[in-house]
Amino acid sequence: MPRYLLSTHSVAGATREPMTDEQMQKAWEPIQALESEMKSAGAWVFSGRLHDADTATVVRVSGSEILTTDGPFVEAKEHLAGFYIIEAADLDAALGWASKVTRTISAPIEVWPFVATEGG
Amino acid sequence: MPIVDDALIGRIFREESGRSVATLIRTFGDIDLAEDAVQEAFGVALRKWSLEGLPPNPGGWVTTTARNRAIDHLRRESRGRELLAQVAEIADEPTGEESGPVEDDRLRLIFTCCHPALSIEAQVALTLRLLGGLTTAEVARAFLVPEPTMAKRLVRAKHKIKAAHIPYRVPSEAELPERLRPVLAVLYLTYNAGTNGPSGDELRYEAIRLTRSMASLMPDEDEVAGLLALLLLTESRWPTRFAANGSLILLRDQDRGLWDRSLIDEGHAIVRTCLRRNQPGPYQIQAAINAVHCDAPSFESTDWYQILALYDQLLVMTPTRVVAMNRAIALAEVQGPEAGLTILDGLDLDEYHLFHAARADLLRRLGRPDAATVAFTRAADLATSDAERAFLVARTGMARSDIQ
Repeated sequence: MPRYLLSTHSVAGATREPMTDEQMQKAWEPIQALESEMKSAGAWVFSGRLHDADTATVVRVSGSEILTTDGPFVEAKEHLAGFYIIEAADLDAALGWASKVTRTISAPIEVWPFVATEGG
Repeated sequence: MPIVDDALIGRIFREESGRSVATLIRTFGDIDLAEDAVQEAFGVALRKWSLEGLPPNPGGWVTTTARNRAIDHLRRESRGRELLAQVAEIADEPTGEESGPVEDDRLRLIFTCCHPALSIEAQVALTLRLLGGLTTAEVARAFLVPEPTMAKRLVRAKHKIKAAHIPYRVPSEAELPERLRPVLAVLYLTYNAGTNGPSGDELRYEAIRLTRSMASLMPDEDEVAGLLALLLLTESRWPTRFAANGSLILLRDQDRGLWDRSLIDEGHAIVRTCLRRNQPGPYQIQAAINAVHCDAPSFESTDWYQILALYDQLLVMTPTRVVAMNRAIALAEVQGPEAGLTILDGLDLDEYHLFHAARADLLRRLGRPDAATVAFTRAADLATSDAERAFLVARTGMARSDIQ
């Protein structure tokens, strides 16, 4: 079964008003409901929400040494904020899930097909 | 018996290759394999048919030969052999008479080619390449881009279909409205691409053929019917659109006796059905406008009030500058050239040759030959086809002679 990454991005500096615990719970409910729908449909593989871009660290090889630096690798205004990895029969099925996610979180979703690897 | 030469086989290729490619894609699930195999089959046909004459069913022959070629290719690769095991049953189907499911295959393929996950440029290119049987060079020429650019576009689009698993099927009822829009746009663009260029006839016939099969497979979709009527009514006037020297002939000067009555009757019948159903859409309204033109025994007796009313309706649905321009031309027939010109002068269409041609015509009718000459010259400079250029150059000369 093909796998897809459904990713959402956050815009740097566009921080929202901090939510109260109650608001947080309210916002979280439909997201959880969608996730359990994905699970019962057998589509869900993994999902997660990421901390802000300024918590990211880059590790790379510099000469023979490993160089560790602060910050995301890509200098961009938008950064990966969260993602789902799903299994879907085809792109239309994946877009169907992406439509549900974008309705739930009110942010655009990017749908990326994974390169198929041996053994799925 | 027809003489079997390259031209005839080329024509058969245009008419039949889309079916064959679509059927092979269903069988093997691989666009490149299907394309290559069909191409090869026509190579074989070119040699064989010119010696032995045409087989009774050339399209079926090509599909069968291409299928065998594809199987040969797959046998040579280990991954191919796995795939073959999966498709063995389908490949053994009798292929003598390709009928029902073949149309379905073409419909499936057009929804794949026109998937909204692909850019509109890629959608059109894929449709013409895979369903219309055009070469990459012809597709490039039809859309005025260099051939390498078009080749790259096609490769990228086919890669996306494969990598992202864009499905090969007719969308569900719920998806249909969103998915039909790009398909109709591509068919309309294909027809329009066929109004000039070397492969014009084939493009227009292909657009009509595909639209006709879509209309019969989706009888409840009024906009599909509307597009079919629009194409039929436009096509009915085709033989009268050009003079012997290739120059364009305006609607007002066309010999209406030469318009194709059977196409007009078919188009009118569809428009009447659409009117009864009363679910208007942009293609149906454009068809209705054309139906009014085809109804009129002469340009002067055209019901311009009705045409203007239809353009008003169209402008509300699709408020584009080109629709506003065409509405202004209709307005000029109802209220006079001054009224039309006032609207035209408010439109930002400086790069569009027909805009300057329309302005020039109104300026000439208003007795302003200097301005008309300038506008006709600009229109001729911007013209995209030789027929239009020849026409516009002649008009420039007429306007200039008005000055003296």
